[in-house]
Amino acid sequence: MKKPYQSLEDNSTNNMIQVIYRQLASKIPYLGLVILLTFSTSLTAQEGDPVKGKTLFNTNCAACHNLDRPMTGPALRYVQARLEEEQGLGRDWLDKWIRNSAGMVKSGDAYAVQIFNEYNGTAMTAFPQLSDQDISDILAYTATDPPKKEEVVKEDGGGDDQGGVSNKLILGALAILFALLAVALVLVRQTLNRFAQEKGIEVAAKDKSLPIWKAFVQNQFLVLVTVIFFLLASAYFVYGYLSQIGVDQGYQPVQPIHFSHKIHAGDNGIDCKYCHSSARVSKHSGIPSLNICMNCHKSVYEYNGETTDKYNKAFYDAEIQKLYAATGWDGQNYTGEPKPVKWVRIHNLPDFAYFNHSQHVEVAGVQCQTCHGPVEEMEVMYQHAPLTMGWCINCHRETNVKVEDNAYYTKIHEELSKKYGVDKLTAAQMGGLECGKCHY
Amino acid sequence: MKSVFKIVVVLMVFATVVACKKDTRPNYQFMPNMYEPVGYEAYQEADVFNGDMEAQLPAEGSIPRGGHMPFEIENTTEGYDFAKATLTSPLDSTQIDSQRAGQLYDIYCGICHGKKGDGKGKLVTREKILGVPSYDDAGRAITAGSIYHTIYYGKNAMGSYANQLNEEERWQVVDYVLNLKADLEK
Repeated sequence: MKKPYQSLEDNSTNNMIQVIYRQLASKIPYLGLVILLTFSTSLTAQEGDPVKGKTLFNTNCAACHNLDRPMTGPALRYVQARLEEEQGLGRDWLDKWIRNSAGMVKSGDAYAVQIFNEYNGTAMTAFPQLSDQDISDILAYTATDPPKKEEVVKEDGGGDDQGGVSNKLILGALAILFALLAVALVLVRQTLNRFAQEKGIEVAAKDKSLPIWKAFVQNQFLVLVTVIFFLLASAYFVYGYLSQIGVDQGYQPVQPIHFSHKIHAGDNGIDCKYCHSSARVSKHSGIPSLNICMNCHKSVYEYNGETTDKYNKAFYDAEIQKLYAATGWDGQNYTGEPKPVKWVRIHNLPDFAYFNHSQHVEVAGVQCQTCHGPVEEMEVMYQHAPLTMGWCINCHRETNVKVEDNAYYTKIHEELSKKYGVDKLTAAQMGGLECGKCHY
Repeated sequence: MKSVFKIVVVLMVFATVVACKKDTRPNYQFMPNMYEPVGYEAYQEADVFNGDMEAQLPAEGSIPRGGHMPFEIENTTEGYDFAKATLTSPLDSTQIDSQRAGQLYDIYCGICHGKKGDGKGKLVTREKILGVPSYDDAGRAITAGSIYHTIYYGKNAMGSYANQLNEEERWQVVDYVLNLKADLEK
């Protein structure tokens, strides 16, 4: 009985397996078709790759377009969908526009002319080198949703604040504790005295021997030595105090706009002379005019670098807004109502001393940091050097003049080397110590 | 008790003297009338001028001394096209100092355009400023005239560099940029 049953079972399973195979086999063409379709769609450039699109956008478009705010050209997020919806213009219009916008304006395409006039008649650069696939990628990138702004709950900051408060609390508690201790000691002394009085114990009176200050006054030699010592010591301090008058080393005023040299010259590595260009050609290394800030800040409108608790992103963004207010920049155009910034001058030589930046920067090739210190590390600018005459003279004595590749010095270098019998000349040997060079 | 009081007074006097020198305020000066200039200093605040500033724009139409010619092409798309087609460098090969031009280029242009002119300067790689084209960009096809026009007036996101580079320096940089472009196109 058992066997036929088993065989029946075997048979049925076999049948089932066969059925399954048959189903799979029949689906293979469908699968193939699906795979083929997916690949073929991407091959015919209907779907763009937003990642590639981002790189292409950043190299080709970002000079004039931002996704979310109008710059030289309009904001481009969802541009394809918006065009379709609002103007009924399809992808072929966009292709034509991107490859040759000027031509479209000339041929009198209605919407092309409208856009051209809306953006002050600025023609968009033609991009004939972009393939269909490139444009699809870029459009895919513009169709991505904006990253959701995460509401950063400032738990850390709050915790720190609480920490600060609790520190103060602890200090206050300690102060109160010590005050209580002092009071307790006085009280204890009083009670002890009272006990002594009640028990009739005489508190041991101090010896009425010669007090030490009288002994000191009677010793005339000691008095003389002390007086001389005090005179010398006070002379030392008075001299020190007088000689630092007029020296502003470490002067670190609060500027109307917080400009961080650390971010600009340090992190971003912008050359000092990019902004302080007059140091190359003029007596002054001027405070840069705001149009130089706007060279970059026209497109850099927010801060995305490292932050600290004190200098956080909101703080830096507010400072950039101050710059915009000062230049009268509304995000796209100048309103023509600038408000000049009253920067506070830090390095200032007295009027009786002459100093020329171009002579030191261009001719001598002195690094800015030699006198101004590690500016690229300064969050807040301060005066690094004392800027005293002794400091100037010292440098002139020690610094060899850079004569290589310096046509200015070739002749005088040879003659002076002969005169002093040396190989390398210091600034002092070239007359860098003569009074009239700086005072006249 | 009296001595304690005296010590406190001395300490307070000392503290007030020391506290007078604050880092956010400039120090005292001996005889300020020798420190402060009689004439007007650069960027000084002075109420005789417009807006109380010493820094003023030169009168319209002024020409700086030293042979600088006024640039008469306008800051428009037509001006750009005109410069691109017609403007050429006044410098001949003997006047070109590529070493100095390179230094100027690295200071003023390289920070965005890259030391090789490929549009990958430090600010671009750090994604501070985007959309800087390479000099061999086919759609732009820059020429000496268009480079000069762009340095003078700026273009799109780029600002004007006319106040950081003088006329001769601008032409030096133009020549350097053309060399970079030729290198990129190799």
